[in-house]
Amino acid sequence: MTRTGSPLGRRVLLGVLGVVVLAAIWELYKALGPATGVVIGDLTVLPRTSDLAMPHVWDMVARLFRPVRSAGDDEMMWQAVLQASFFSLGVAAVGWFVGVVVGMVLAIFMQRFRTAESALLPWIVLSQTVPLIAIAPLVKRWGSQIEIGSFSWENWMSVALIASYLAFFPVSIGALRGLGSPDVNHVELMRTYSVGWWATLVRLRLPASVPYLLPALRLAAANAVIGTVVAEVSIGLRGGIGRMIVEYAAAAGGDPAKPWAPIFGAVLVGLLAAGVVALIGLALARYRRGETPA
Amino acid sequence: MKHSKRLIVTGAIAAVSALALAGCSSSGGSDDSTDSASGELTPVTLQLQWFAQAQFAGYYAALDQGYYKDEGLDVTILEGGADIVPQDVLSAGDADYAISWVPKVLGSIEQGAEITDVAQIFERSATTQISMKDKNITTAADLKGKKVGSWGYGNEWELFAGMQKAGVATDDISLVQQAFDMNGFLAGDIDAAQAMTYNEYAQVLEATNPATGKLFTPDDLNVIDWNKEGTAMLQDAIWADSAKLADDDAYADQTVKFIKASIKGWIYAKDNPEKAAAIVTAAGSTLGESHQLWMTNEVNKLIWPSTSGGIGMIDEDAWKQTVDIAMGTKNETGATVISAEPPASAHTNEYVEKALAELKDEGVDTEGADFTPIDVTLKAGGE
Repeated sequence: MTRTGSPLGRRVLLGVLGVVVLAAIWELYKALGPATGVVIGDLTVLPRTSDLAMPHVWDMVARLFRPVRSAGDDEMMWQAVLQASFFSLGVAAVGWFVGVVVGMVLAIFMQRFRTAESALLPWIVLSQTVPLIAIAPLVKRWGSQIEIGSFSWENWMSVALIASYLAFFPVSIGALRGLGSPDVNHVELMRTYSVGWWATLVRLRLPASVPYLLPALRLAAANAVIGTVVAEVSIGLRGGIGRMIVEYAAAAGGDPAKPWAPIFGAVLVGLLAAGVVALIGLALARYRRGETPA
Repeated sequence: MKHSKRLIVTGAIAAVSALALAGCSSSGGSDDSTDSASGELTPVTLQLQWFAQAQFAGYYAALDQGYYKDEGLDVTILEGGADIVPQDVLSAGDADYAISWVPKVLGSIEQGAEITDVAQIFERSATTQISMKDKNITTAADLKGKKVGSWGYGNEWELFAGMQKAGVATDDISLVQQAFDMNGFLAGDIDAAQAMTYNEYAQVLEATNPATGKLFTPDDLNVIDWNKEGTAMLQDAIWADSAKLADDDAYADQTVKFIKASIKGWIYAKDNPEKAAAIVTAAGSTLGESHQLWMTNEVNKLIWPSTSGGIGMIDEDAWKQTVDIAMGTKNETGATVISAEPPASAHTNEYVEKALAELKDEGVDTEGADFTPIDVTLKAGGE
């Protein structure tokens, strides 16, 4: 790991520049693109340039600083979006954490027992082919029947569970490869020291799995966010960004900038989730520097 | 992990406050509850088809105005979602009652769901096919050769029945999958779009007409009304569990009470559309103010005046028409909703009749013959 990070200021600047460039491309296409969109055959590959399909960037931003509904004393749009974003982020975080734990446990189990790998791996892959819209109502229904003492299952937990269902997959696959990645001579060295399985796992396999694990964690974060937003729509959970997207879509005809506000919120959630994983990467990178000389 | 912790804490706080509130309401409920034999309210859950919106104004009004409480019921309204099927939730026993369209439930009943239409709240259908004036689509026959929008998922049967009646085959049109918004219609990708009078029709009227720079007006649009075309199907009804109705006297009794209070809620919505719209908004709907009021008013038009002998009464002819269309109309894949007549247990007026009789004894007008809709001015974006 000899990557020399650019100074923080420059990286922030580049990030802002990226957003500006994106906005410029949007406006440029809107100004110069064909009014009917770019159509190849019957397939529209680029959208129409009307205000309905592509509102001006400044209209979308200005919409954020107006109340959700002009009548009444509603809060500002950005406040509502931020609130929903944090709600979704919280649910996604729970889902991500559960997914990572389950994924790690599965990977360790499969690494330990070869039979477990042959038995479990196909099922893990298969699990991801089940469509979300099939499991979402089921999870909600099963959940509603859980009641242990004063604990009762709430709808947000169903959403978090669905998020974890999508999040565990890359972790289990990535960690399994990572755990199996140490050189044979390293493993054999451990054996000559007559070190047990547990110590080998902690001292050798887990550190060696970090380069495989980090991308898996990032994928898991993205999956958890998508799973959360989709499951929110699917079971109609109130408070998050997913439901906001559907609700505001109704205003698409009369207030075209409105549906974009929660989409910005979803982007924000994704960025924050990626940011958290990047922080984990930073923490692990320090740890890995101590390991690399070996 | 900060957020999960916060969520757990929030969840715990919510649970504690819910318990505290439950404690408050059961102790305070005996004061104003007419059902003071025990002072205990029976918990009842109602599953809706979609998010809170004025389509369900009557139930929210009944809850807000304490009509359910007056009948000794502690009603919880469960909102729907994109993949929540109310009749499935009901037949799985996770809700006591559900709101759903008759044709959608007929399919579930044929698949084995044992549920009963106990009150037909909406007498008229709200489904229409709308088009811009210059397309000259005024009847089902005019749909031939046009790009026709539909949401699918059981929302398409009145359209197909109307086309079948007019001799338009499904191959004669190009069927376009419609999204949640009306942008496809406004952009011209759809010639005739499916629209509920209380929702999507208003969404179009809330959009700016590029030709005039002002909002679209009803004069800009042609509307095919399936009530007039004779292929309307029954929509929002209250569904109950058939087996429990037959075996469980307490549930049958509670069903009458639930219908009675719901009807009172709908009467409230008829007499106070502005207040009913505000109640729905307070219940968490994010629809704009004018859109919400429009929806309340349009839904009132579907119910009032009641010509079937009082709100909730199932008109046998309308039921038969719905069943006939469900059996005789083929969609684009050649399938029908059902292949045989539904069992007799699929609908009954037994409970709604009792509820209406009780209301009449109390001097309540359940037909609303003098109903006049209000005028709602839609604003841009429904605000």
